[in-house]
Amino acid sequence: MRALKISRKHLGYPYALFLILFVLLPLIIIVYYAFTDSDGHFSILNFVNIFSDITALAAILTSLSVAILTTAVCLLIGYPVAYILARSRLKFAPTLLILFITPMWINFVLRMNALKEFFSLVGLLDKNPLLTTVIGMVYDFLPFMILPLYTTLSKLNNSMIEASYDLGANKVTTFLKVTLPLSMPGVISGITMVFMPTMTNYVVSEILGRGQITILGKLIENYFMHSNWNMGAALSTLLLAVMLIFTWATGGFNDQQNGNARGALL
Amino acid sequence: MAEKIIELIGISKSYDGTVVVDNENLYVRKGEFVTLLGPSGCGKTTTLRMIAGFELPDSGQILLNGKDISTIPPYMRPINTVFQRYALFPHLNVYDNIAYGLKLKKMEVTYQNEQGDVKKKIEKLSKAEISAKVKKALKMVDLEGFEKRDVTTLSGGQQQRIAIARAIVNEPEILLLDEPLGALDLKMRKDMQLELKEMHKKLGITFIYVTHDQEEALTMSDTIVVMKDGAIQQIGTPTDIYNEPKSAFVADFIGESNIFSGTIVGDKKVRFLGKVFDMVDDFELHEKVDVVVRPEDVFLVDAGLGAVDGVITSSIFKGVHYEMAMQIGKNEIIIQDTIQRQVGEKASIIIKHFDIHIMHKEFVSNVYDGYITKKNTVRFAEGEFECDVTQLYPESTLDEEGYLVLKNGEKIDLTDVDVRVEVGLKDIEIIDNEDDGDSCGEIVSIIYKGDHYQVIVRTFEEEEDFVIDTEYVWNENDKVSVKIPPEKIKLSLKVVEKK
Repeated sequence: MRALKISRKHLGYPYALFLILFVLLPLIIIVYYAFTDSDGHFSILNFVNIFSDITALAAILTSLSVAILTTAVCLLIGYPVAYILARSRLKFAPTLLILFITPMWINFVLRMNALKEFFSLVGLLDKNPLLTTVIGMVYDFLPFMILPLYTTLSKLNNSMIEASYDLGANKVTTFLKVTLPLSMPGVISGITMVFMPTMTNYVVSEILGRGQITILGKLIENYFMHSNWNMGAALSTLLLAVMLIFTWATGGFNDQQNGNARGALL
Repeated sequence: MAEKIIELIGISKSYDGTVVVDNENLYVRKGEFVTLLGPSGCGKTTTLRMIAGFELPDSGQILLNGKDISTIPPYMRPINTVFQRYALFPHLNVYDNIAYGLKLKKMEVTYQNEQGDVKKKIEKLSKAEISAKVKKALKMVDLEGFEKRDVTTLSGGQQQRIAIARAIVNEPEILLLDEPLGALDLKMRKDMQLELKEMHKKLGITFIYVTHDQEEALTMSDTIVVMKDGAIQQIGTPTDIYNEPKSAFVADFIGESNIFSGTIVGDKKVRFLGKVFDMVDDFELHEKVDVVVRPEDVFLVDAGLGAVDGVITSSIFKGVHYEMAMQIGKNEIIIQDTIQRQVGEKASIIIKHFDIHIMHKEFVSNVYDGYITKKNTVRFAEGEFECDVTQLYPESTLDEEGYLVLKNGEKIDLTDVDVRVEVGLKDIEIIDNEDDGDSCGEIVSIIYKGDHYQVIVRTFEEEEDFVIDTEYVWNENDKVSVKIPPEKIKLSLKVVEKK
């Protein structure tokens, strides 16, 4: 009787099947719809439409504004926090880190609705949808900025900092010339993790912006809800392309340089 | 003699209650190559880090050219460091790494303005000046043309050279080197030792070097500072340290040594290995001392012709010489000789009187080699003594069957375990009757020590000595016995140490 042999190669099959079914196939379908018209003929008209449609362009602009603002605010808050958590000798630093991350464990919709009630209490709701959306986004995505930054900063070799002091650089110069450049992988990782999802996360803008602002995610949903699959797919493809270019430009595919530093999350 | 460039006065430092550096006093002269040498945890690196400014001393002063710098930050000290793991900046290339300090340097320049007044201004180095200095530094470390290289692609040896270049390019008054060659392989290390020494000569700046490698220290330094447990053991030239070690620790740490327990038995006479040897130092009569003999200072001759006979127990070829071990009674002596003797062969040793180095014992007490018996008593010096064997392992207990139960529940039989026995001079009682004590012998000497007598009782067979401080008067040649309270017998496991 022949023994049943399972080599390591065979163990990869379910994973490959999963990838084909849930990643590759949907991608092909999206790209197919993006480049066809409603009759199934090849066409690039969908893309032309996007760039000539005021609503679409406005949504892209709003998405970019929200994403850039959110990322900038997250970075401004996240970097000092991560720096203090990683570099100071505070005894309660690990506790503090947990406190910053705990919100991630609470249901997202619940948090957003709570924030909505808070805004309505202080009278901010309906006044400035962009502001409330950005605050909500920051609240939601801040941990994603802090974690990669914390990982890189805590791995930063202390002797680099000492070498800089030793060579005559004071604390500010050392931060600018050594700490900051060496923590760039974490910065890029954090930006990637905040910028990309905020482009499309329309739940926040729906709840906190009360539907007064439309971001890309909402637009895509609208197209699909109104059975315009081709336009929805085209917009998704465009977004995908932007993200690929962004990842490539920030060295996200360059594993050797940033692989370890980009840390636990990517 | 050059003036003192840096001086440490009463420096102490502790972390979380553990004293790392304890009341350290040390000075370094301008242009000197000083090595801080010691085992890990001796405080040498902490000392260096306090000079660099990375650590602040808890107490004491660090003077640089007479000025107290103990609290000024590292970036304001004219001192540069070569780090143990190089600590090169991975995001900068070779040129930018070396130029890092130069770009920050501000120089005071005097110039004449149009009216002819002499004025001073602060200026940074120009690009051309920086470039020239970097080039010169790279030439110094033999890596010309490496400016554009990525530091992460360099080999360990090359990175080390860049680290040295990065430090010396700033022309510091003092260069600190923290085990800089630790990560290099043996061949590379030997080359770099000579190169560093050469560099020191050329640059004329003061080097303070930290290492645990005694050979490195002997090769490179003008002065060696031997440290142990946060305290300086000895300061001296390599020759002084090697030839005249001040303590058994220094002797053991610097080069290979045979260390025996001995007793001063007369004017320039010391007794060890069961024989009396002539020596050159003056020591107090009857003092228990450490006797240090270098393996290369022991000469082997045929049995019966030397001072004491023994049997060769091992013989290893070491290139230039053979390293042999010889058993003499209970002692083992290591001998280096160019003529090999076979294992099992009987031979005799000769040690010249000036090669016998005598050191005060760090704490004077009676030390014996003993072993534990079946009854959990200890046998040494021809006697059997009640003792507390549980002190051999922390938190252990004895069960009814006489096994020692360890903290983790493991049972061990201590029978025949070799131990080191230590008994204080005041803890031994002399008893008139030979049969009442645990061991007996003859009183061979009595010295009046001001407020008490120091009596030596020597056992009959093995001629082991009990040195005893007592208030009572005894007579020489009295046959007596000794008794030691069980709680006064300190036991420790003998660590088998082959050098």
